[in-house]
Amino acid sequence: MERWKRIWKMLKRRPMSLLGVGLIGFFFVIAALAPVLAPPEAGSRDSYIIPQTGYSPDPVRPSKDHWFGTTEQQYDLYYGMVWGTRTAFRVAVKVVGLSVFLGVLIGGAAGFYGGWVDEVLMRFTDIVLAFPDLVLAVVIVAILGPSLDHVMYSVMAVSWPSYARLVRGDVLSVKERDFVAAARALGASDARILFRHIVPNSIYPVLVVASLSTGSVVITAAALSFLGLGAPVGYADWGQLISLSRNWIMGSSGNPFEYWHTVFIPGIAIFLFVLGWNLLGDAVRDILDPRQK
Amino acid sequence: MFGVTALLFCCLQYLSPEMRASLYIKDPRQLSQLDAVIEKYGLRKPVYVQYGIWLKQVAQGDLGYSETAKMPVADAIRSFFPATFELTVMTFFPILIIGVIFGVLSAVYRDKLLDHITRFVAITGYSLPSFVLGLLLLMVFYGRLHWFPPGRFTLDTDMLVHGDSFRHWTGLLTLDCALNGQWAAALDVASHMVLPAATLLYISVALLLRITRSSMLEELTKDYVRTARAKGVPESVVIRKHALANALIPVVTLSSLLFIGLLSGVVITETVFDFPGIGRWGVQAAQQLDVPGVLGSTMLAAFLFVLANLISDILYAVVDPRIRVGN
Repeated sequence: MERWKRIWKMLKRRPMSLLGVGLIGFFFVIAALAPVLAPPEAGSRDSYIIPQTGYSPDPVRPSKDHWFGTTEQQYDLYYGMVWGTRTAFRVAVKVVGLSVFLGVLIGGAAGFYGGWVDEVLMRFTDIVLAFPDLVLAVVIVAILGPSLDHVMYSVMAVSWPSYARLVRGDVLSVKERDFVAAARALGASDARILFRHIVPNSIYPVLVVASLSTGSVVITAAALSFLGLGAPVGYADWGQLISLSRNWIMGSSGNPFEYWHTVFIPGIAIFLFVLGWNLLGDAVRDILDPRQK
Repeated sequence: MFGVTALLFCCLQYLSPEMRASLYIKDPRQLSQLDAVIEKYGLRKPVYVQYGIWLKQVAQGDLGYSETAKMPVADAIRSFFPATFELTVMTFFPILIIGVIFGVLSAVYRDKLLDHITRFVAITGYSLPSFVLGLLLLMVFYGRLHWFPPGRFTLDTDMLVHGDSFRHWTGLLTLDCALNGQWAAALDVASHMVLPAATLLYISVALLLRITRSSMLEELTKDYVRTARAKGVPESVVIRKHALANALIPVVTLSSLLFIGLLSGVVITETVFDFPGIGRWGVQAAQQLDVPGVLGSTMLAAFLFVLANLISDILYAVVDPRIRVGN
């Protein structure tokens, strides 16, 4: 209770952090209420598939039937935005969670065992780090074939190394501490020492980096969808919806902004979502990082 | 770098020889020769043998032929890299100047209006995906105002540049056009780079701003700054001569990494603006599984990464006399 009070006090002093919490909360509510806000059509097998009204190639401007208008091939943008929120959360949480897990596993093992294990694991980490993130991610998705799951795997594959490095450094310093020696003297197994004693004591910097990098993970995943490597056309995914707008930035003659909604609406959603995570990440850093107090 | 290419080779083994061979076949009638193609490129041999063959070719200066670029990889690098380099240079220096100036101001006027505005602009830039910003900019400045078109140059410049009388001095097109006395063409090339450069700038400036600000804030609390103030040194001199000189150390060393970040971060920006650089080529090659293309572009990136780390270490020793490499 005391702790929550302190966090709340800290948030109140920083309006930007509060904004971040508000934004993520807002998106969370939308994601949770998706079936209410945009009820799927009766009999549809997958709620994430955006209903189509016709097959005309030209986007239609926002109207009473379609609050946010439609994209090319008449996908309802409002439906896509609402259900896309769930996709965005799924990508953010899954990718960051799995990369942290992988990073802790590899970095932890490298720092804990040292010697040749450390050498091999860290050289491998360095190699992955030396790639331009996006190009490696594109190669991986291109090999596996385009799909949302593969986008998640590939973003994870390029984002774990920074956690691994961080964890390794912390484990190296924590494992020299007395309580580790004490646990060892009591006969604890390697795995127990690593996961019960060392990792919990070196996890905070990882959490800070994780919360700060969630935004960029979302951007990378959306970028892959934008390149046409993500979910199939018609799936509720913001990056995918933006890629549908690429041909329509010119508008029609006489009305250059005719199709503004196709870029602007999904673009703003991604922007606010990422902004929310970034502001939240700053707040988490301030709360967890003792040097800032 | 060996590691990078070796890892790529292992990834690509996931594909069957038939799939990789199909890249070389453009005509359905050639399908019957599938096995011959697989044989010719040695696609059924074990990984390490294929890797060895590739290394041998590279050592002989043969990087292979990129199907996406429709030219040998070495030529593709020669033609795409200067474009990306030009774009990066055009972005890098404004980022340095804006980042450092506003980073310092933001630290000096901590928690004042200017600080809040600067930080807000920085974090919004950091949160904006480059393709969203790029498309919006295109919509306004190309669709509405017709000021800055996408691509590399207009048709007229294209003919001029590939004409016989045009001399390529540096490979940097803006400079080359100017050196050839073609001012209109130089302006045309430059105007094609305004939007991608602006996109990159807004998105990348946040990093430098933050580093400058936090390092400046740290220096301002140190004892020597207090001593200088106590001695009656004017505040502007304290900031410029004392604190800034020390605060810039991490900025300088990080700037070479920023440069690399820009070089590899242009991937999406180049794709959005249809700008023929390394990034766009890399993505196209990866999408179409053009193996020599992917290897060529990633090897270049890895090489630059290593180079940037080296430069950053050297700069570190240059700007900070307390650190000397070796002795």
